[in-house]
Amino acid sequence: MRSVKRGMLGALALLVALSLLAAACSTEDSGGGGGEDTGEATETLAFGTSADPIVLDGALVSDGESLRAIDQMFEGLVTLEPGGTEVVPGLATDWEVSDDGLSYTFNLEEGVTFHDGEEFNAEAVCYNFDRWYNFKGSLQNPAASYYWQTVFGGFSDGKTDSLFESCEADEELVVTLNVTSPSSSILAALALTSFTIASPAALEEYEADEGRVDEEGIFSPAGTYATEHPTGTGPFMFEEWQRGDRLVMTRNPDYWGDAPGNIETLIFQPIADPAARLQALQSGEIQGYDLVDPQDYPTIEDDDQLQLLNRPAFNVAYVGFNQAVEPLDDIVVRQAIAHAIDRQAVVDGFYAGQGEVATQFMPPELFGYSEDVTTYEYDPEEAQRLLEEAGYDLPIKIDFAYPTDVERPYMPDPQANFEAMVADLEDCCFEIQQKSATWTPDYLDNVDNGRYGMRLLGWTGDFGDPDNFIGTFFQTPQEAWGFENEEIFNALDEAEAETDEETRIQMYEEANNLIMDFLPGLPYVHTEPGLGFAANVTGYQPSPVSLEQFSSVTVEGGQ
Amino acid sequence: MLNFALRRALLTIPILVGLSIIVFAFVRALPGGPADALLGERGTEEQEAQIREELGLNEPIYVQYGRYMRNLLSGDLGTSVRTRQPITEELKLRFPATFELAIAAMLFAILVGVPLGFIAAKRYQGVLDNTSLILSLIGISFPIFFLALLLKYIFAIRLGLLPTIGRLDITRSLAHPTNFYVLDSIIAGDLAALGDSLRHLVLPAVALATIPLAIIARITRAAVLDVTSADYVRTAQAKGLDPRVVDRRHILKNAMLPVITIVGLQTGLLLTGAVLTETVFAWPGVGSWMLEAIRFRDYAVLQGGILFFAVLIVFVNLLVDISYAFLNPRIRYQ
Repeated sequence: MRSVKRGMLGALALLVALSLLAAACSTEDSGGGGGEDTGEATETLAFGTSADPIVLDGALVSDGESLRAIDQMFEGLVTLEPGGTEVVPGLATDWEVSDDGLSYTFNLEEGVTFHDGEEFNAEAVCYNFDRWYNFKGSLQNPAASYYWQTVFGGFSDGKTDSLFESCEADEELVVTLNVTSPSSSILAALALTSFTIASPAALEEYEADEGRVDEEGIFSPAGTYATEHPTGTGPFMFEEWQRGDRLVMTRNPDYWGDAPGNIETLIFQPIADPAARLQALQSGEIQGYDLVDPQDYPTIEDDDQLQLLNRPAFNVAYVGFNQAVEPLDDIVVRQAIAHAIDRQAVVDGFYAGQGEVATQFMPPELFGYSEDVTTYEYDPEEAQRLLEEAGYDLPIKIDFAYPTDVERPYMPDPQANFEAMVADLEDCCFEIQQKSATWTPDYLDNVDNGRYGMRLLGWTGDFGDPDNFIGTFFQTPQEAWGFENEEIFNALDEAEAETDEETRIQMYEEANNLIMDFLPGLPYVHTEPGLGFAANVTGYQPSPVSLEQFSSVTVEGGQ
Repeated sequence: MLNFALRRALLTIPILVGLSIIVFAFVRALPGGPADALLGERGTEEQEAQIREELGLNEPIYVQYGRYMRNLLSGDLGTSVRTRQPITEELKLRFPATFELAIAAMLFAILVGVPLGFIAAKRYQGVLDNTSLILSLIGISFPIFFLALLLKYIFAIRLGLLPTIGRLDITRSLAHPTNFYVLDSIIAGDLAALGDSLRHLVLPAVALATIPLAIIARITRAAVLDVTSADYVRTAQAKGLDPRVVDRRHILKNAMLPVITIVGLQTGLLLTGAVLTETVFAWPGVGSWMLEAIRFRDYAVLQGGILFFAVLIVFVNLLVDISYAFLNPRIRYQ
């Protein structure tokens, strides 16, 4: 204690010295600058994500951040055209569907190897399908194998029917998938990241399916496949993953396909806070990030070092009507509601210019979207006229609910949307009983069990097929909607089973017309989420289903 | 002394048991659960029921608690529902990050706060004193979140001096035997990595340090004022001792006692209070992990994390009490 003060002064001096040292280091580093890149940095791209992946095994995840990473390292039999939803060849060069719609035969790409040097062939494909089909115990948990269950239903244990019948390796490079009933959405579903093909040797060596189920029933992998050795055929290879900090991938020098970009090292860095992601982009620490906060759009657009890319709309927000609740069973009331709500004003007011008014329950990017649906213009007088003509005493009492503690891509501020709509409805001809509940579990439970009359909800598509939108909503009777309309149910059943692409498109267009005449709900917006990039990054092709490849991205050197 | 420490240590047992019950009950009282959070609008009733069944959430609450305690006592904090990784493993990765940041913040708070408080006391009611009062009020009341954004804007975006996120430049690779990056880069003998990890520490540490800094400065000031009017100080001055020696040996040394207590308690708080700072700086510590767990309703992680924090605070308090008794013998006999 003799020289406390001197010691403290010394420590202060040390701190100053360290700061100076740190500042000196910063001038040597390429990281600190203001968006302009030096020559060597051009081949490294750091991308800010909203969270860490869960694991890097496509079969076991359904969250966007895991899928994003897996998409860079793995490929499926088919994929989607960049920036669109049309199914194009992936690891399969072409395919044929049998007349009965029960067999899909794929010809496979020649000369493809996995990252571990193993050969890609028909047996590898079947190994993967058999693996998924034979999942047991905790791997059947929908939180793990969500997409398998969505697309194929059950597993080999037969507890639930499965659409999957078998996989046959006919020849070295010819594989046939047999299904138990015809379904035309299978092809689009096979483009899902969860059905990408992994190296059988790596799956075995690193024990992808080994693990213990703890007393709480959670499967924790004992093997290192999904955390340290994910092995696919894609343009990037796994390098290292430090949880919570970074996932590093390097270019696959033996990639069989086309990878026009110039990124040698691709890094995903989880940055949970959107404001922090923006600042990291502004400071040049990352060159791009996803899930831009709508309020930050102008900041990025006004900065000439940065650019804003929009992901085509692939979602829908809607006001759902439960026809089990009177008077929503009356088409006139539903029409009046549709005329009473100024959807354009809601979209203009709360979507920062990134939304468009929806006319039907699926986005325009998707095939089967109909240009001829009945539309309902904002016209409160028409609403009033309809109701009076039908003999209603105004105002009509009705309950309307919105979720709290949540924001969704299609609904950044549910309460604001709700309040604007309530004001419109009350101005016209309704008396709204307002309801709300926390998103999970109460709100979703109440919706699923048909406890609300009107409610706000929405949906983001998983894959490029109308079945994933209107099929999910209206193909079967559901308590949330409270109606039985055989015409619509049948139209959707038939459209799902149809194998001729042209006919199928027409059938879905007609289904959309039917639905919007029947008006089971009022779709009001499709949104286009934004991505922020440094201005010198080119070649990034935003996709409606977020299937985006960094292998086509180029980072331009000093401009 | 030993007797006092032992008695004090034994007292922590009922505290810890009570804590485990509170944490367990609290986490289960939160609305929603992993089943809902995992599936969102996609979940069907059957799927959620299946998950609840698997997670053992359908069993009576005391059975769940019993199982939880049994695992806890064998050092198993459970498995994250979301990442499927053992919580103990992830804690080993993340706690060093939080600890490193807390130490850096506390060093900054002490190195600036103590001199500031001392000078303010020496210039009692002068301009410096009043300025430091206002500054420390601002320090206490300024939201960390906003301060962090502001610091980043000035030092990273405008001046380009310091990084805004993470613990190390993202392109730099470094082996992590300890997960304390400063230590790791010293072990690796990598000077550039050392500079880099220090640079990454500066802004989050400063942001995190504001509140303890202000408190330390105020406590130091009060303690120094208190001691300055003591008889032995007057005696020392009267016998013509060099004023610097009086400051150092008589005033500062005796004023340090309450400051040490506060430093101990604040260090405990810093270890747990870094949730916002860690999130804003994308610092991969326990705080940002907790926030993520809340976002995804990851019961197991929340429970493990909160319990870990609570135990930490209990032990920091224990240490402070014991060290206080060590420094001030009168305490032991009360």
